[in-house]
Amino acid sequence: MPTLFLIIPFIGILLLNLFYTQKVKKLAYGTGILVALIQMFLACTIIFQIAGNFFSAIEIKYFVSLSIDLYAAIVLFTIALIAFISLIIRRHSDNDEIFNFSQLIMIIMIGMNGVVMVTDIFSLYVFLEVTGVASFVLIAKKKELAALNGSFKYLLMSSIATVMILSAVAILFMTYGTLSYEELGAQLSSATNVSTQIVLAIIFLITGLSIKAGLVPFHMWVPDAYSNSSSAVSVLLAGIVTKGGGVYAILRLMMVVFPKIAIINEVFAFLGILSIVVGALLAIGQKEFKKMLAYSSISQIGYIIVGACCGTPLGFLGAFLHFFNHATFKSLLFVNSAAVEAQTGYKDLDKLQGLGGKMKITTWTSAIAFLSTAGIPPLSGFWSKVIIIVALWQVGFIPYAVIALLASILTLAYFLILQRKVFFGKTSAEFENTKEANRGFTSVSIILATITVLVGIAFPFVLNFLKIKGLF
Amino acid sequence: MNNTVLYIFLGLLVVSALLTVMIKNTLKAVIALACTSVILTIIMFIMGAPLAAIFELSVCAGLVTAIFASTISLTDNPTDEESAEKNKKRLSRYVFLPIIIVVIIGIMFITKPALDFTWFTNTVAEDTLQNTIWHVRNLDIAGQIVVILAGVFGIVTLLKERSKK
Repeated sequence: MPTLFLIIPFIGILLLNLFYTQKVKKLAYGTGILVALIQMFLACTIIFQIAGNFFSAIEIKYFVSLSIDLYAAIVLFTIALIAFISLIIRRHSDNDEIFNFSQLIMIIMIGMNGVVMVTDIFSLYVFLEVTGVASFVLIAKKKELAALNGSFKYLLMSSIATVMILSAVAILFMTYGTLSYEELGAQLSSATNVSTQIVLAIIFLITGLSIKAGLVPFHMWVPDAYSNSSSAVSVLLAGIVTKGGGVYAILRLMMVVFPKIAIINEVFAFLGILSIVVGALLAIGQKEFKKMLAYSSISQIGYIIVGACCGTPLGFLGAFLHFFNHATFKSLLFVNSAAVEAQTGYKDLDKLQGLGGKMKITTWTSAIAFLSTAGIPPLSGFWSKVIIIVALWQVGFIPYAVIALLASILTLAYFLILQRKVFFGKTSAEFENTKEANRGFTSVSIILATITVLVGIAFPFVLNFLKIKGLF
Repeated sequence: MNNTVLYIFLGLLVVSALLTVMIKNTLKAVIALACTSVILTIIMFIMGAPLAAIFELSVCAGLVTAIFASTISLTDNPTDEESAEKNKKRLSRYVFLPIIIVVIIGIMFITKPALDFTWFTNTVAEDTLQNTIWHVRNLDIAGQIVVILAGVFGIVTLLKERSKK
């Protein structure tokens, strides 16, 4: 079954290219949508299978070195959902070249599905590269100088990360003679005194993955890449690419390889808290809609990392829940920013005013998304943040819990600034004739907003179910 | 004795890598890159990895250089004055580079006693190359194919659209 997640997008690409004619070219969009839907269905089946039958035996292993547990299934679902939404946005904003776009989306899906399912540190590196190469192309696809600039920055930072990760893999393999997560984890936790080269390898690994995830001291590429790429691509990047690549790899390694090494948890907890605070502070000062969202993403990714640093089941649950929630509400905000840009032609927050009366759906869904980001009950963001903060408190990271809680106020602050500038207030004469965005944008906004609200309302029941099943 | 040779080649590697980055003329830079690959091949051979050395020689020194050189031959060269002007600015940017490298090498020499070099020969090649590639690491081969596919799509989309303009 896990191989299906790699094979289905690949078959899609293969079919489109083998039978390439002008007629088949028009089917590219449909193929992409179909692949995404199949993946969502498969992921759902796995989630129900795991939750229904044998929750304690979380891992399902298959003959190739791939495995899926509950968290991986949730992430696979998120990947398919965001790819689906990105394709719809592309279709309704800038329809040309959808043939190549759709295939690049499928390649990026292969890459991220691989990252999610591998059980081996070198395969992880290979699939991180797949994701990376496809995303450079997608960012540069806009063909403007700013987009090429953003793509180049990402390429440079990412190649540094690549070298570091590969060196770390090499050192670990030379020392322990194994690459699989479990064996490495066993070797590392049983080691009494850690030698210098292992420390070096772990530092390289942490730095490389932090660059890929866009954590704070290494976040320089994130705002440029997010804000300069086309709207469909920024939805994909913010929704899933940095998370599916870097953040997921960090979470998985912390779960399996480094669970017993306290210092790594502390380092990542510090980086996470730094990302939360610095990202939020930088977001307040931004003048551009998408840049503000990009810095907000950095801040929210901090929450995911901090949650995972607890090392407890509750912490991981919070982290993966926030992973899914952030993917939905941040994509929603990026969709809405694209809708605003498409309808008014402006990116700058200062030039926009009073769109609330003109773009009702966009306004309401944005309000839901930002309230959820700030962690206002009963929306989905509230539950994940609460779980993360409680988990932090339980393991004794109390100052971090307090900072994480206070940073929510910063989140609320910058989103209130955004909402007031763009949507509230009197409609200026310039926007008198502005219309609501087209059907593609509004339907996607409504889907994502519904998910945000429903997850928020249904979550107490899910939590109860997990308690009965004995997760914590 | 073997170590001395290794250190000499490592030094040469750093020098040629620096040249690759700093040379103004793109064609010369590509040749410097090829030199770097050749030196790396020799180092790999000394360290006892002949297969990796052959791949490095054929792909990085041979194929990549050929592709770069053919691409450069399709582009226009800037005039001498332009390049002289740019060259001054470029070189001033790289003043700190040699210093940083010397510092890094210094640090590595100081910390060398701390590094335990026994792991260097720890890994035993039990499997044949074929078995490793096609049975143990087959997933990674599939991944590599997708990387190449992504690269091909990148070239097709980005360069095709450029020519339309």
